[in-house]
Amino acid sequence: MKNNILVIGGGPAGLEASAVLSRMGYNVILAEKEKRLGGHLAKWDRLFPDQTPAKEVLDGLLDGIKDVKCFTETDVNSINLLDRSFNAMLSNGITILADAVLLASGFDMFKAEKKEEYGYGIYEGVMTNADMEQAFREGKTFSPAPKAIGFVHCVGSRDEKAGNPACSKVCCATAVKQAIEAKELYPDANVYCFYMDLRMFGRHYEDLYLRAQKSGIRFIRGRVSEVSETAEGRLLIKAEDTLSSRPVKVTLDRLVLMAGMRPSEAGHKVGRQLNLSVEEDGFFSARDGFLSLQKSKLPGLFYAGACTGPKTLPDTLHEARSAAMEIDRYIKENFRK
Amino acid sequence: MIDFGFGVSPSSRINLDKADKEKFNELAIAEPDVAKCMACGSCSASCTAAAFEDTSLRRAILSLQNGLCDDASKLLSHCMLCGKCTMVCPRGINTRHLILSIQKIYSL
Ligand SMILES: Cc1cc2nc3c(=O)[nH]c(=O)nc-3n(C[C@H](O)[C@H](O)[C@H](O)COP(=O)(O)OP(=O)(O)OC[C@H]3O[C@@H](n4cnc5c(N)ncnc54)[C@H](O)[C@@H]3O)c2cc1C
Ligand code: SF4
Repeated sequence: MKNNILVIGGGPAGLEASAVLSRMGYNVILAEKEKRLGGHLAKWDRLFPDQTPAKEVLDGLLDGIKDVKCFTETDVNSINLLDRSFNAMLSNGITILADAVLLASGFDMFKAEKKEEYGYGIYEGVMTNADMEQAFREGKTFSPAPKAIGFVHCVGSRDEKAGNPACSKVCCATAVKQAIEAKELYPDANVYCFYMDLRMFGRHYEDLYLRAQKSGIRFIRGRVSEVSETAEGRLLIKAEDTLSSRPVKVTLDRLVLMAGMRPSEAGHKVGRQLNLSVEEDGFFSARDGFLSLQKSKLPGLFYAGACTGPKTLPDTLHEARSAAMEIDRYIKENFRK
Repeated sequence: MIDFGFGVSPSSRINLDKADKEKFNELAIAEPDVAKCMACGSCSASCTAAAFEDTSLRRAILSLQNGLCDDASKLLSHCMLCGKCTMVCPRGINTRHLILSIQKIYSL
């Protein structure tokens, strides 16, 4: 008998885990609430650190799920644990009895309009990292060509008042990547990155930083404190250049906010039905932080990807593969005796 | 008019719109490595002159980026070109050569 495995969320984590599980011979059912598969990856243009087209990676992931039963535009209406298996009612009316569930609900973007002082949704020139990716993906250029562009790191991250003291991990590399791409598109523009510290931790990330420096991008250590509009409709930015201990101001045409990662609301909805615990940061808590990263406290329920905290794509995909192995072990130990 | 002895104190705010980018670009062409400075402070920490006078290549570069040439000039005026900073710079910048180019281009 083939065991049913339910995967909730069709982002990179859900797709990769489904592919591995289906290669192992399981009957995988994938529920994705959006119209298209791919999660946030489907919204990105090119990926840090080497500008691989996001589409290439997504196509690779989609190749792996040919034998997976995928339901898009499908949420989980209710889910509960019976004796050993999970009973899930999907929003498309289908009921599934699954021996294990993988929760791969990912993250939501921090809502940049909450940081009112940055003027997102108020001033036309202010946009988010996600908006910028969309513009790149659609090949949209700004005219007239911007003369000055700024990037603000840590928007809604490392910010207790915004409800998120943690670092979102991916936005430093995203800012540096997008700054390089903006400079390539508008070579005459002055490009500034306002950062507190640069977290270029991954392989090749530091190379990206050096490339940005060499292309003339100016890194200013200090958090933007306020944005206002000039009489000409441009953006006046105020910050402190903390390296010279002096306030600084600059007029820009575009300001790109590096909105951080917050726990997925739709993921929480599922979590509440199963009484899954979350940590202070709002992300789901794994059984332990070293040896059982993919396990929840509920037997048979597993995690992969950004639903347990900010992660890069390689991190996410590693987790997806290890979750598949953990699920395989769990099924063999509990259902095949 | 009666002079009451009050005046508007000059703003300490750096205005990047007014910073001289032409000169800095000229420097960056002559010394491309100036762009590689990551403000680690190794040069300033090892500087022999800094023990006696306010001297710092890191801050001089920053001042030039901010268009404050006078500040940069002061921060380099006591440099004896000993070259210790060249030895410690982790990004391999030829700091000694850079200082000479700064002095030439900005006619310090
Ligand atoms: C601006 C930005 C740029 C980035 N760029 C890069 C990059 O260049 N390189 C890199 O390595 N990483 C990058 N990342 C990180 C990357 O996006 C994440 O690592 C990855 O998307 C995480 O995958 P995931 O599957 O865990 O979550 P997600 O991508 O969020 O996918 C989760 C999916 O689950 C679905 N879902 C949630 N709840 C339910 C439910 N109840 N029912 C059904 N479906 C549900 C969602 O609709 C979504 O499709 C970037 C992140 C940001 C914020
Ligand atoms: S990755 Fe960088 S920009 Fe993002 S929250 Fe962390 S320090 Fe801030």
